[in-house]
Amino acid sequence: MREDIIQYFRNIKYAVTSVPKGMMVTLKNMFREPTTIQYPDRIPQKIEDTLPLNYRGHLEVEKEICTGCLLCEKFCPIDCIRIDVHKEETGRVLHSFKIDMAKCMYCGLCVPPCPTDAIRFTRKFEGSTYDIKSLLFEFIDTPTPVYKPNRDKDKKEEA
Amino acid sequence: MNNIAITLHNFIIENFGIDINLSLAISYFLIALIFWSFLGVIGGLLTFLERRVAGRIQSRIGPNRVGPQGIFQMLADGIKLVLKEDLIPALADKPLFRMAPYLCVIGVFSALVVIPFSSDIVVADLNVGVLYALAITTMVVMGILMGSWASNNKWSLLGGLRSAAQIVSYEIPAALSVLSIVLITGSLSMQDIIRAQGAWPHQWFFFHNPGTFVAFFIFFTSALAENNRVPFDIPEAESELVAGYNTEYSGMRFSFFFLAEFANVFIISSLAVIFFFGGWQIPHFLISENHIITNIIMIANFLFKTFVFIFIVLWLRWTLPRLRVDQLMTMCWKYLIPISFICLCITASFVLFFGGKSMIAVFIGRITQ
Repeated sequence: MREDIIQYFRNIKYAVTSVPKGMMVTLKNMFREPTTIQYPDRIPQKIEDTLPLNYRGHLEVEKEICTGCLLCEKFCPIDCIRIDVHKEETGRVLHSFKIDMAKCMYCGLCVPPCPTDAIRFTRKFEGSTYDIKSLLFEFIDTPTPVYKPNRDKDKKEEA
Repeated sequence: MNNIAITLHNFIIENFGIDINLSLAISYFLIALIFWSFLGVIGGLLTFLERRVAGRIQSRIGPNRVGPQGIFQMLADGIKLVLKEDLIPALADKPLFRMAPYLCVIGVFSALVVIPFSSDIVVADLNVGVLYALAITTMVVMGILMGSWASNNKWSLLGGLRSAAQIVSYEIPAALSVLSIVLITGSLSMQDIIRAQGAWPHQWFFFHNPGTFVAFFIFFTSALAENNRVPFDIPEAESELVAGYNTEYSGMRFSFFFLAEFANVFIISSLAVIFFFGGWQIPHFLISENHIITNIIMIANFLFKTFVFIFIVLWLRWTLPRLRVDQLMTMCWKYLIPISFICLCITASFVLFFGGKSMIAVFIGRITQ
């Protein structure tokens, strides 16, 4: 009985003290800068620039340094990379380098094997489109001879 | 001149010379139109304010696209709700189902009749104003019960029953805490209650004596509970009852329930200001010769205080979690009602021993003796 009466007043004290405490927490929150941004139209800087550097967005290929080794094509687990390399008189020539970003699962397995870092991730991620075919990226517009690393020159630079 | 409808009536009689009964009807209709649209706008504004405050408290931005700072969001919402399909369930009790939202709105909006915005602007200064305000807002429970029963839906019915239990229970502490105010003034008229207070905080009934100080918190809590606001929103608890009594409502009928709730927020805030915080009272040096300017200052003062309380209501909503049903009833019957009785006794003895002086006046009197 006596315990109950003490508990009764303890409850009142708890209610009176805990409610203002909680309200102060929310009031402090109210005067904080909002952490959300108004994507996509009212943003202080381009959204790509706010992403971390190792963000896995769309893939891109620098055709000037692609050696045509086909390692990325072989490593891709879902075969979304398709490379056409033909042997001609001058050497091997890249005719097409297609990446189907609609299929790509952004696993990143194609990036580390590349000997010249020709294939890499960008920070672009806005892939929504009306036509799924527009997500089939073609990186070679005119046939380009593959990049041949100059071993002697590289050795000299290393030395 | 404490009734603007009569003032307007006299103005019409003098200037247009039409039949007295017709003129009375016209003036009361006009006043009703003005005040109801005012409360409608306030209700709409509160839906917007609620979303903004919620956004800021949760570190978001909130709606800010429609108009400057998103102030016309309420119009966009209103148009959307009007254009939506008004569904009535096949097995619903159709006349009751249609009637319920209007009863809710009438219950809340009729309370505006006795709320004085300034010394002159009040629709009707009833001599039973307090009683009227407490009684007419309870009409909401009829609308809620009617709507929940007519929906023929178990969630609705459960919500309606909870709401009925809650509103009827919390009516008692609310009335008891207001009773201590009535003890001091000896009048049930809102204007008399405000005139008994002053412009400065030490003249407010909030600081009149320890009894009224606690009575305010009890009144505010029970008014919130009567309004089914968070943390007392168990009748419409989303996680338990879908949406409670308005589960089956859509379109305009739903928005009427919504409007009634938000208009009620304004009503309870203004009642709190009237009973405990001096209503429209302004300091003497602000009362000028010009009647209109004085009234405008009074209205601004009253609305400012009211909006402070509206903000507290919204702030509470985004702070406290919802109570359980048994906790709700425990709080009312075991805590609020006994405490409000004690407050009533304290106020009564205070009035008896100190002749209606406030505790600060008594304190100053003791010092200066």
